[in-house]
Amino acid sequence: MSSPSAVAAQPGTRELTLSQAVNEALAEEMRRDASVFIVGEDVAEAGTPFKVLSGLVEEFGPERVIDSPISEAGISGIGLGAAMTGMRPVVDIMFGDFMTLVMDQLVNQAAKIHYMSGGRLKAPLTIRTTLGATRRSAAQHSQSLHALVAHVPGVKVVLPATPYDAKGLFKAAIREDNPVVVFEDKMMFAVKGPVPEEEYVLPLGVADVKREGEDVTLVATSSMVYVALDAAEQLAADGVSVEIVDPRTLVPLDRETIVASARKTGRAIVIDEGHRSYGVGAELAALIAEDAFYDLDAPVRRMCAMDVPIPFSPVLEDLTVPTADTVAAEARRLVGKE
Amino acid sequence: MSTMRETKLTSDSTIERWLDAYHRMATIRAFEERVNELYRSAKMPGLAHLYIGEEAVAVGICMALRKDDYITSTHRGHGHCLAKGAAADRMFAELLGKEPGYCRGKGGSMHIADHENGNLGANAIVAGSTGIATGAAMSAKMRSTDQVAVCFFGEGALGQGVLYEVMNMASLWKLPVIYACENNLYNEYTHYSETTAGDLVARGEAFGIAAEQVDGQDVRAVFDAAVRAVARARRGDGPTFLVLNTYRFHGHHVGDVDRSYYRSEEEETEWKSERDPIELLTGWLREQGVVAETLAQIGSEAQQEVEAGVEFALAAAYPDESEVDQHVFA
Repeated sequence: MSSPSAVAAQPGTRELTLSQAVNEALAEEMRRDASVFIVGEDVAEAGTPFKVLSGLVEEFGPERVIDSPISEAGISGIGLGAAMTGMRPVVDIMFGDFMTLVMDQLVNQAAKIHYMSGGRLKAPLTIRTTLGATRRSAAQHSQSLHALVAHVPGVKVVLPATPYDAKGLFKAAIREDNPVVVFEDKMMFAVKGPVPEEEYVLPLGVADVKREGEDVTLVATSSMVYVALDAAEQLAADGVSVEIVDPRTLVPLDRETIVASARKTGRAIVIDEGHRSYGVGAELAALIAEDAFYDLDAPVRRMCAMDVPIPFSPVLEDLTVPTADTVAAEARRLVGKE
Repeated sequence: MSTMRETKLTSDSTIERWLDAYHRMATIRAFEERVNELYRSAKMPGLAHLYIGEEAVAVGICMALRKDDYITSTHRGHGHCLAKGAAADRMFAELLGKEPGYCRGKGGSMHIADHENGNLGANAIVAGSTGIATGAAMSAKMRSTDQVAVCFFGEGALGQGVLYEVMNMASLWKLPVIYACENNLYNEYTHYSETTAGDLVARGEAFGIAAEQVDGQDVRAVFDAAVRAVARARRGDGPTFLVLNTYRFHGHHVGDVDRSYYRSEEEETEWKSERDPIELLTGWLREQGVVAETLAQIGSEAQQEVEAGVEFALAAAYPDESEVDQHVFA
């Protein structure tokens, strides 16, 4: 995977991997605020199986970088209780597939506690977990279940694509007084990109135009941003100018930026790694169809994971998710340049 | 308006303490009887799960707590709320979906939270608050306060896996949490013996948690056990698992009137006539020389507070329609 070509290293920045950016975000917030801690399976000495959190236990000790039993529901519930009583926990859920074990604590408890209490209780809880296929991890370690979470009112949902976004949005998530779930694509931890030396926080709910163009809008989330960028290079060679909008957060959603881009180009493809049916792709496509209808020159297209469990065999797995080639082909059809 | 007297743990007078307990229990009883009437006269929407018969559990435990200690509660939570210091008027307002309710009418009977008194909320998912209580205990430990958290749940929650996940961590990490299992014998409409294998107390012991069984109808026994558990938690020795044997005098909810298919009238009559926690405390207080008039006076005060609370709630305004999408996010 390549870095977004639009962002080159500037003075005052350095190249970090997405993994390093996440690590730095958490370390900075833990230094800044004694109420921040992280709990999860193998987060301490192991630094998670992806080594994203390496070094944190050495700096902050096992009281704030806490190895838990394999109890996703339990650690989420404990995180919530701590959040409601003065702490700012980060709960690490190793694979996004395990979010199914967290769902009562998130959906029935954390998401509702502020509303259900008439605004009297708050839950500043951050859950960080993964999404994404093509790691040859089969059906229970490859799902992208962010739509399940985004469906529930009361939870914010963050999908960073670049190291810069991952750091700034994670810091914002930790500072939020609401439950936030951050989904990082497990295939992107080694992706590099420029990250400022200076501290910064990115607001939730602000989309980023990752590439400007005129002929077709690709609304892409998480690692699909890289798929879109690669497709845009192919399309540029064919004389098709592509604009790429990365919502960066699903909740809150920057509707204006997405709709404005679709109105400008008149054509839109939504690319998301969740399953196609009843998902994020459908939500974003509906938004464009509702709010940009009279400026569209073609129907909005959705490109998502197939509606099948993710298969193990690499030959099959690669068929299930959008690629630069399939996205470019769809865009060519949309602009009549097949 | 406060319906509860201040707890006097350091009171010189033991009798004074148990008169306070009597007042709390009488208030809960009167509150729940009025809930029953409101519901049956169609003035209260939704569901109502009455705590009548179990008053000694909430009162005995909450008397051992400080105002800044935490509790989490259940769908059958009115007793816990009142015992932890909530006011009857704002509770009734919540039950009727009115704006001055504890949750601005957005929570209702099964979700009352009163965080100024440490009540982190009733919960309509069985075992749903076990994580919250354990997390509150972890937070207290991390913040180096000596607060404790009490997790109230019914024996039905013993069927839920999350309870054992958090008990495991509470024991590993020596968290100041008390698991208060109210065994009222029925998982909704099914006797617990049909749903619960093995020994209840052993479920705590298996995690290395101090565990004991208590007569949940005897408020003095409950208080003593709670004092031991609170002391253990405050000195950093970790959690306690209490099984409090009690009985739900009414049905699972107010509409559960035909109960003969799951429990006998004889059984109900026996508990009500022999094991009523308020009668048991009355008997003990009378033996100590408290005159009947004193108890009648306290009972009448409780009744009046509850009545004033109902009137307040009936007259209160509903929330403005503009509230519907407020408080989704902080």
